[in-house]
Order: sequence, then C-alpha cells, then structure tokens
Amino acid sequence: MSVLTESGLRAADASVPGLDVDPFAIEFFDDPYPAHARLRDAGPLVYLDKWSVYGVARYAEVHAVLNDPMTFCSSRGVGLSDFAKEEPWRPQSIILEADPPAHTRARAVLSHVLSPTAMKHLRDRFAAAAAAKVDELLARKSFDAIADLAEAYPMSVFPDALGLKAEGREHLLPYAGLVFNAFGPPNQLRQDAIERSAPHQAYVAEQCQRENLAPGGFGACIHARVDSGDITAEEAPLLVRSLLSAGIDTTVNGLGAAIYCLARFPEQLARLRRDPSLARNAFEEAVRFESPVQTFFRTTTREVELGGHRIGEGEKVLMFLGSANRDPRRWDNPDDYDITRRASGHVGFGSGIHMCVGQLVARLEGETFLSALARKVASIDITGPVKRRYNNTLRGLENLPITITAA
Amino acid sequence: MLNINFIHPDGRHERIDARAGESAMMAATRHGIAAIVAECGGNAMCATCHVYVGDDWLGRLPAIGDEEDALLDGTAAERLTNSRLSCRIRIAADLDGLVLHLPERQI
Repeated sequence: MSVLTESGLRAADASVPGLDVDPFAIEFFDDPYPAHARLRDAGPLVYLDKWSVYGVARYAEVHAVLNDPMTFCSSRGVGLSDFAKEEPWRPQSIILEADPPAHTRARAVLSHVLSPTAMKHLRDRFAAAAAAKVDELLARKSFDAIADLAEAYPMSVFPDALGLKAEGREHLLPYAGLVFNAFGPPNQLRQDAIERSAPHQAYVAEQCQRENLAPGGFGACIHARVDSGDITAEEAPLLVRSLLSAGIDTTVNGLGAAIYCLARFPEQLARLRRDPSLARNAFEEAVRFESPVQTFFRTTTREVELGGHRIGEGEKVLMFLGSANRDPRRWDNPDDYDITRRASGHVGFGSGIHMCVGQLVARLEGETFLSALARKVASIDITGPVKRRYNNTLRGLENLPITITAA
Repeated sequence: MLNINFIHPDGRHERIDARAGESAMMAATRHGIAAIVAECGGNAMCATCHVYVGDDWLGRLPAIGDEEDALLDGTAAERLTNSRLSCRIRIAADLDGLVLHLPERQI
C-alpha cells in the first residue's frame, strides 16, 4: 500500500522491497539478467523507486497479474503513463488498452481475422517467400542478419498479408519502434521517439482507412466486420492500427532472436538441421529465451493482495515478462536455449485475454523461415561486432553480422 | 485422483492421472504427452491441443462454445464430429476414465 510522505512523494509500504533498478536504462538493456535475478530474489513483489511503481519479476506473479484483467486493468494504459491522469500520446487502442466488455468485442474480430483457419491460407505463400529469402542470403553469404533477414523477411510477407500499399512501408518499423518506446517512462528514448513521430503517425492513420487496404488482406477483413455490425466504422481503422503497431517489430525481434540463438549455440543449429520439424519450437524457445517484448504495465482497479502485500487502487504494476521466462522457479536450466524444450506456458506472448492476438502469424513466420534455414544452411558464424538496439519495451539487436554456408 | 486415457494414432494407450478442475490439456502437458502441443498455453487461441473424444464420453461434455467451434475449423488434422480442444475440457469426477484419441498432427 502506498502512503504519502511529508514531501508529498509516494513511497511504498516498507515491507515491499524497494530496488534502485531502472529497467529502462541503457545499462539494463545491455545485460538485464543480473538485475532480473535481483528482482526475482528480492521477493514476489518489489517496488521500483526510480519510477514509483510496483514490479513483479517471478513467473507465478506475472502469470497471475496477466490472468486477472479486471483487477489489473489495461484501460489505464499498458505503459507507465496512467490514462486516468495523463492524456495518451495517441488515440487509445480499443483492444490493447481496453478492458471487458469493450475489449471482448474488438478482440473477437482480430481473433477471427488471425485464426488458425486464416493461417492455413498463408502457409504456402510464407514458406515460398522464406525459401526464396534463404536462397538469396546464401548467394550473398555475408550480411547483416537484422536488416537483411530479421527485418527483410517479415517485411516481405506481413505488409502484403495485411493488404498495405507498396509506397510508404519504410514508416512501419519506425512507427512500431515509437509505439514500444512510448510504453516506457518519460526518458530520452520516449521523448525522442514522440518528437519524431508525426510523419509515421500520418502514414499509419492513412493506411488504416478502408480504401487503402487491398481486398482479401487482414485489413480488408477487419473493415468487412463493420458491414456485419460487429464493429463501427470508427473502430475498424483503430483495429488495423493495432496490426501495424504490433505486427512487425515484434516478429522482427523474434526472428532476430532465433537467428542470434542459433548463431551462438551451434549444437542447437545442428539439432535443427537433423530434424527440421523442430523449426516451430526453435522459434518458440527463442521467444522464451530472449523475450522480444520485455515488459508491460497494468493498473490496479481496487486494493488487492499481490505477493503477500496489499497494494492500493490506481497503482501501476510492471510485469517483467523476460524475467518470468527465465525464472528458475518455473523453468529447468532457464538460461539454456534448448529447441526441444516444452516452451508452452512462457509469457513472451503474454497470457490471458490480452495474449498476443497475432501469435499465430508470428509463429508461422518463425517456423517457415527456420524450416527453410534448417534445410538449406549448414553453418552460421558471427563475423563482426554485435550491436544492441535500445527500446523501452523491445529487446533486440541493431546489427548482427553473419556469414552462412550452404548445406 | 482421476484418470484420462490418451490413445495414440498407432493404438498405444497412455493412462495418466488428472486433478479435478484442471483441463485435460494441462494434465497432458504435466505428463509430457507431446502430441498435445498447446502452443498458446491454454488461452484458446491456437487449436494445437486437438483431441477426438471417445464415443461414450462425447455426450458428457458441455456443448462446444463459439470460440472453440471457430478454432476447431482450423485444426491441422481433420475435424470430425467428436473433435474438441482439450484445453476446454474441464476434468471432474464424472469424467474419470475419459478416453481421448490423439490426432496425427497438431500443426
């Protein structure tokens, strides 16, 4: 429970361990794992003095918060900013930043558009594009696995699946980077991103309109639900926007994570080559291991007990998804990348009613690419400096120079 | 302790114990039944915990909801009249001995 101190600042109940960890600092991004362990070991609930928020870093509490959306709500924002006190930087999302019952209706539309049935129609196209991309990269031999692979492959399939026009797609990655930086605190990363946001926001707003989305794509399918009365004409562009916000950079970082894992752990690449049917799980395990989406916030709607402490209404709680995915209380050898591990249950895609609605698209992209790689590539070697990309929410690389050889 | 009988496509039987209140998917995952993939971890999103329910048991399960119905249309193995998602089957005393046939594939 929070109390007001004489200075008017809020301080946590003294029994909740307070830590000086800043999970949005460059040093933290460079190596979050020692800090994750400190957060987990300090207790099931911690208080982050730097930003005056509660935090959960163990699997059990992260999973519990994700699965109690009425107590730990999303409608007050899933970043640090509390929408009850501060105007959102962009019009509020009607799915990510919403609670039931409003959320339920919007969610049903996207679930349907991105369903297992919808994926069946995309599989062959994605697999052919993946095989072509691997062939192209084998011809080049040496390249940057981020720009030329992790970005290039999703960019070659997802915008088309959505039905976007060819022009202006260069705004997609900067827009997504902006969205995920904006969930963070008002640090330099967030401020810089928002300052430069205008052209990207203008592009996205335009592409979300019905007339700009090709027939048969995800975007057109969302707009079609206006005709059946499931959503309003005002809501449809906002749901398309969700796919533009969350559908690209996440898979870029997921695929980047998988390639970085296979490059660092050649024995896992060897296993994948022996059994290419492990491709889908190799991707899933990379999502657990690197957790491309590291954190999300929730806001309490009432006084509640969490990790043995009472916390008040209107408190922000930061969930460390990446830490939960490596919590030794939940996982055997959590710091090993093991493509045969049963990774199901990880929270890299979240859990509960807000669990990533595009997870099947992400898995399809990951599986098709790694499957082509397993069949065609014999080795992956890191050949230059690996550079991290800094983002308040996303974990991934800026550069990963590699050389690959043909099988 | 209650029991669930999983029958593999090759006819092999695997009898596992299950706790009242958990889903058949959860029980299968705890026992390492690899044919129940359950990628989404029980959030009714992926249709990779597909099972064919044994004849005698179908009528004892609650009706299929809209969400499950839509997901079953996307299963990797053919949807049959006795197809269900095991994450939607809640184990209770009256399901002790439940028979679930595993499909050839989940993805």
